[in-house]
Amino acid sequence: MNKTVQNLRVLSNIQLNRDHHLLELQAPVKLEQIAPGQFVNVRVEKSQSTFLRRPFSIYGVDYEKNTMSLFIKDVGPGSHVLTSTPEGEEVDVVFPLGNGFSFPENNKRILLVGGGFGIAPLLFFAQELTKLNLKADIHALVGARTADDLMELDSFAQYGQVYTTTEDGTHGLKGRVTDHSVLSDNLQKFDGVYTCGPEPMMKAVAAKAAAADVFCEVSLENTMACGFGVCLCCVTETTSGHQCVCTDGPVFNIRDLKW
Amino acid sequence: MVDLRVKIGDLDLKNPVMTASGTFGYGVEFEDFFDLDRLGGFVVKGTTLNPRQGNPYPRMAETPSGMLNTVGLQNAGVKYFCEHIYPKLVKYQTNVLVNVSGSTAEDYAECAEQINELEYIPGIELNISCPNVKEGGMTFGTSCPSAEAVVRAVRKVYKKHLMVKLSPNVTAIDEIARAVESVGADSVSLINTLLAMAIDAETRKPVLSTITGGLSGPAVKPVALRMVWQVAQAVKIPIVGMGGIMNAADAIEFMLAGASAIQVGTAGFVDPLAPVKIVEGIEDYLVRHKIESVTDLVGSLQL
Repeated sequence: MNKTVQNLRVLSNIQLNRDHHLLELQAPVKLEQIAPGQFVNVRVEKSQSTFLRRPFSIYGVDYEKNTMSLFIKDVGPGSHVLTSTPEGEEVDVVFPLGNGFSFPENNKRILLVGGGFGIAPLLFFAQELTKLNLKADIHALVGARTADDLMELDSFAQYGQVYTTTEDGTHGLKGRVTDHSVLSDNLQKFDGVYTCGPEPMMKAVAAKAAAADVFCEVSLENTMACGFGVCLCCVTETTSGHQCVCTDGPVFNIRDLKW
Repeated sequence: MVDLRVKIGDLDLKNPVMTASGTFGYGVEFEDFFDLDRLGGFVVKGTTLNPRQGNPYPRMAETPSGMLNTVGLQNAGVKYFCEHIYPKLVKYQTNVLVNVSGSTAEDYAECAEQINELEYIPGIELNISCPNVKEGGMTFGTSCPSAEAVVRAVRKVYKKHLMVKLSPNVTAIDEIARAVESVGADSVSLINTLLAMAIDAETRKPVLSTITGGLSGPAVKPVALRMVWQVAQAVKIPIVGMGGIMNAADAIEFMLAGASAIQVGTAGFVDPLAPVKIVEGIEDYLVRHKIESVTDLVGSLQL
C-alpha cells in the first residue's frame, strides 16, 4: 500500500516479559497488502526528551481485524512511552515503509535466524509464507541472552521447526546462534537464510551463508530520522554506493552489502 | 477569502510555504503523503557538479528538540539530475528550485549553468553554508569576499532567480547578506544548520562519523528568528526564513521578523504532513486576525 500517516488505536498492549511489549494497533483505513520486513515509524507524543519518530518492524498484520502488531523493547525514553501506551489511546504512525523479504519459490527449505526482538519481521514472514501456501519447509533458529528473553517460540512452532540458543544455557544450546549446528553443518541444505537481530549476529550469519554459497537476506536497523528516503541519514555501504536502509532496505541481499 | 500569495522577487508563490533542501528529497518521496502543488514551492536536495557519496554512517544524532546530521551532500551529480530527475519534476504546478553546492566557485557556476537550461526550474538556491563538507560549502559563506566571489561567478552564468542560502556560523550574518545582495543575489534564505556536536558518554566517542554536524529542528528556531530579523534590517532583497519551523505560528513569527516566505525542513521528518498543515494554519491565522493578505505580515513586528 502507499505510505500514509494515520492515528492507530491501541487495541491491546501485552507485556511479554520484563522489557518487551506487543502492541496491537487498529487502523481507521483499510490495510492493504503489507510485506514482511516492512516497518513503521511511530511518533512519540508524550516524551519530553525525544524528538524524532521511532522505527519498528511490523510483527504481524490481521487484515480481518484491520490491525497490525508491533513488538517493542523498552530501551529508552521513546520506546518507554510507547510500551506504556494504554489500550484505547491512539498513536501516530507512518507506514508501511521499506521493502521486505524476498519470497522463495514453492517447496523451498528456509532458515530464519532471529536474535532478541529481531524475531519480529521473521515471524511475520513465516506467517505470510504459510498463508500464501508456498509449502516452504520453515526452520527457525532463535537466540537470546536468557530463557526469559526468548519469546513467541510457540508462534514459530506453528510454522516449522524451532531451535534455540541462550547465552546462559537456560534454554536450548548454551551459546550464540552461530554456535548452533543448524548453522554449522551443511548449511547448503537450505535454499535461503533470512536473519534479523543485532548487527554482529547478522554479520556472523551472513559470513556462514556466504561461505556455504546460500542465498541470504538481512534486515538492517540503522538510525534514521525520516524513514522514507529524504534525510539520507540511515545509509549503508553497498556495492552500488551508499543506499538508504529505510527505502532500499531494510532488507538487503548480503551479496549487495560491503560486509 | 484571504490571499496567501507572495512574491520572492520575480517568483510567484501561491502561498509562503516551501520545503527545505535536504529534507524533501526530490519531492517525489512525499507524493504518497500530500499533493505537492499545495506548496508555494520546494527546494530539491543539494546538487553538485560531480556525484558525491557523502559522509560515512552514522550521519544522525537526535538531540533535545532537534537533531544533528552529517550527510555531506550525497547526490548523483547535476548531469544525472538533468537527465533522470528533472523529467519527473516538470509536472508540478509549483516552484521547484534546485539547491546548488560545490567545492570551488567554478564548480558552482558550471552546475548552475546546466540548471539554467531547465525550463521548469525558475530558480536555484545557492548553498554557501553546508557545514558537512571538507571543501567549499560553508567556507564560502563565512566571509564576505568568498561569498561575493561565488555569487558573482554564478550570477554571470545563471539568468533566473538566484537565492543564496546563508550560514548561521558567522559573527555578522547581516554583513554576509549585504555582500551577496551587492553582487546580484535576488533573495537570501536562512538559516542553514548550526555547526554542532554530539558525544556518547558511555562509549566516549562522537556520535557522528565526522565528529561535528549540523543542528536543525526547534532547538535552532530562536537563533534563526534573530538572524532573519537582523538580515531584514540590512537588505532590500526578499528573505526566505527557516530554522525549526514546526507549525503555522512558527512560520508567522518568521514572517513578522521580515521573511517573505518560509521553508519547512526537519518538521517533515517528524510529521510528513507538516508543510500542508502549516499552509492551512497560516490561512486560519489570517482569517482569525482579519488580515486580507499574508504579505501584510512581512516585517510587521510590533515594536
